[in-house]
Amino acid sequence: MSKERKVVVTPETTWKETTPGGIIIDAGNAEDFKTGDWRSMKPIWLQDKCKQCLLCYPVCPDTSILINEEGKRVDFDYDHCKGCGVCVEVCPFDAIDFVEEE
Amino acid sequence: MSKVVEIRWHGRGGQGAKTASLLLADAAFNTGKYIQGFPEYGPERMGAPITAYNRISDERITVHSNIYEPDYVVVVDETLLGSVDVTAGLKEDGAIIINTQKSPDEIRPKLKGYKGKVCTVDARTISIDALGRYFPNTPMLAAVVKVSGVMDEDAFVKDMEESFAHKFASKPQVIEGNMKALKRALTEVKGL
Amino acid sequence: MAIRDRLSGNEAVAVAMKQINPDVVAAFPITPSTEVPQYFSSFVSDGKVDTEFVPVESEHSAMSACIGAQAAGARTITATSANGLALMWEMLYIAASSRLPVTLAVVNRALSGPINIHNDHSDSMGARDSGWIQLYGETNQEAYDNLIQAIRIGEHPDVMLPVMCCYDGFITSHAVENIELVEDEKVKEFVGDYKPEHYLNNAANPVAMGPLDLQNHYFEHKRQQAEAMKNAKKVILEIAAEYEKLTGRKYGLFEEYKMDDAEVAVVVINSTAGTAKYVVDQLREKGVKAGLIKIRVYRPFPVEEIAAALSKCKAVAVMDKADSFNAAGGPLFTDITSALYGRVDGVKVINYIYGLGGRDVKTDDIEVVYNELLEIVKTGQVKSVYNYLGVRE
Repeated sequence: MSKERKVVVTPETTWKETTPGGIIIDAGNAEDFKTGDWRSMKPIWLQDKCKQCLLCYPVCPDTSILINEEGKRVDFDYDHCKGCGVCVEVCPFDAIDFVEEE
Repeated sequence: MSKVVEIRWHGRGGQGAKTASLLLADAAFNTGKYIQGFPEYGPERMGAPITAYNRISDERITVHSNIYEPDYVVVVDETLLGSVDVTAGLKEDGAIIINTQKSPDEIRPKLKGYKGKVCTVDARTISIDALGRYFPNTPMLAAVVKVSGVMDEDAFVKDMEESFAHKFASKPQVIEGNMKALKRALTEVKGL
Repeated sequence: MAIRDRLSGNEAVAVAMKQINPDVVAAFPITPSTEVPQYFSSFVSDGKVDTEFVPVESEHSAMSACIGAQAAGARTITATSANGLALMWEMLYIAASSRLPVTLAVVNRALSGPINIHNDHSDSMGARDSGWIQLYGETNQEAYDNLIQAIRIGEHPDVMLPVMCCYDGFITSHAVENIELVEDEKVKEFVGDYKPEHYLNNAANPVAMGPLDLQNHYFEHKRQQAEAMKNAKKVILEIAAEYEKLTGRKYGLFEEYKMDDAEVAVVVINSTAGTAKYVVDQLREKGVKAGLIKIRVYRPFPVEEIAAALSKCKAVAVMDKADSFNAAGGPLFTDITSALYGRVDGVKVINYIYGLGGRDVKTDDIEVVYNELLEIVKTGQVKSVYNYLGVRE
């Protein structure tokens, strides 16, 4: 768990413990749900070719392209990347490879 | 006064019978009574026969049906006598009060053998003299108070004066006209 | 000191709303509830309330806007009748399952068709399983008192459910009768502020509402919702006790009228109860041990309490102002017999469907019912369980 959660709803949560009406009390708890295993194709960041134009960043539907404190992209968040390949299509410098998941 | 006085109003849509029933309820309320004032609702059509009701009592009223055996019936429009059974269920020791220029003896034959008291008041003439227009409900309201004795006459006059003053604050001539019509009707009811 | 006044039921409810001064009212007009938002909108125009009044384009939108507003953290009230309530249907369930305590004045009217504007209970009875608390009121006074209490009941942390306050169209909504109003300040103090634990307009603690809820969790949420309805019974009584201290008027789950030694009893809802009380008084004068139960809280249904109250009766007539079209009696009859099952033996129970589409209910009609009960006590025989009262045979 990456953050402190007020309520952690799991498949074992009982009706007495769950939130009223299914309200999601912890904003951003989608992060707790790892979707990396949905991936059949995997993007590979080629740091040497990357010009840091950041065109890939806004198109990622899973916020899986991480940006560091200096505003530079770093490697993929493979816990959440579903391998959709949009970033691969949008990169003007062929700096993202797209390979079969092993 | 018996436990609950029940009054049924017959009028035509647009003549103010419903308003008169609510004014009567108001006046009785202001003299400390328990009251009900309600129309028999239907599609609202100008000129169509309408019925409205009052219950007035010194004790809390729980019955919420229409009134089938009224103590008093008020007929705001004489022309209804031919088409509506206005005396249906009317108690023989009660009275019917009709807006007409005719006398009680002249009007009685139209009442299907009703044996109780028949009172008449010429609300048309009173209204036109006092207000210059035909608003029968104020004189009829006065007549029903006079005939039924549901409340003290002086208290009624005083309450109506306050009520008109409130309602027609911007038209003092209307207050005066209505009060004239009210007081005259109290003295001109026939058949008491 | 209470304020002695005379108001129609709709006026009384609009005055209660003015005193509650909700954050949002979203409404669409329909007879006979139209006057409620109509009077209330004049309070808004005159600056007598701080409410955001949202004139919407349908009842579906009215309830949707109420849900959105309540979710945002606003105390919200609306009113409707009959087909308007039917158009809210989808959203009624969403308000309840989202645990949003919207307050709704239902001015009971026959649900089409054939189209009819007059009173029966086919509208709110259809919504009995929507997850809303349902309170019913005999008079303008009860309609007023119920609405004020509904705010506290629905918003209680152990409940968090929407509340319908139902009263009879025209008979109660449009008839002017005596009423005792509570002072504005006292109502304000009684209802207090709406302080939900979670709400959307809370930037410090952002939340999401109304998520997709599949096989893994939906059942748990419905089970929790059911528990809230169970809790409501206790909360309703607590709020009623507090309200009694304020007004001197006593409210419970239902009213028992001359039930202490009653051998025959009628169970009824709303304005007809008043007419029936008159008949009970007449019968009592003749020495007949007649009583009456008037349901105030229909959802949650007070099963144990009703069973106990009817346990000493010999014969009971349950009166339904709505048919279930199940060929087995009206909705109240089904609930009452179900409450008695396994708890009370030997009480003969019959059903009367009555007053549909505004068919007037006279004292004579109620006498017919009590006479039938007395006949059952005398002969020990029930001739007919399912009956229709006042229909032309």
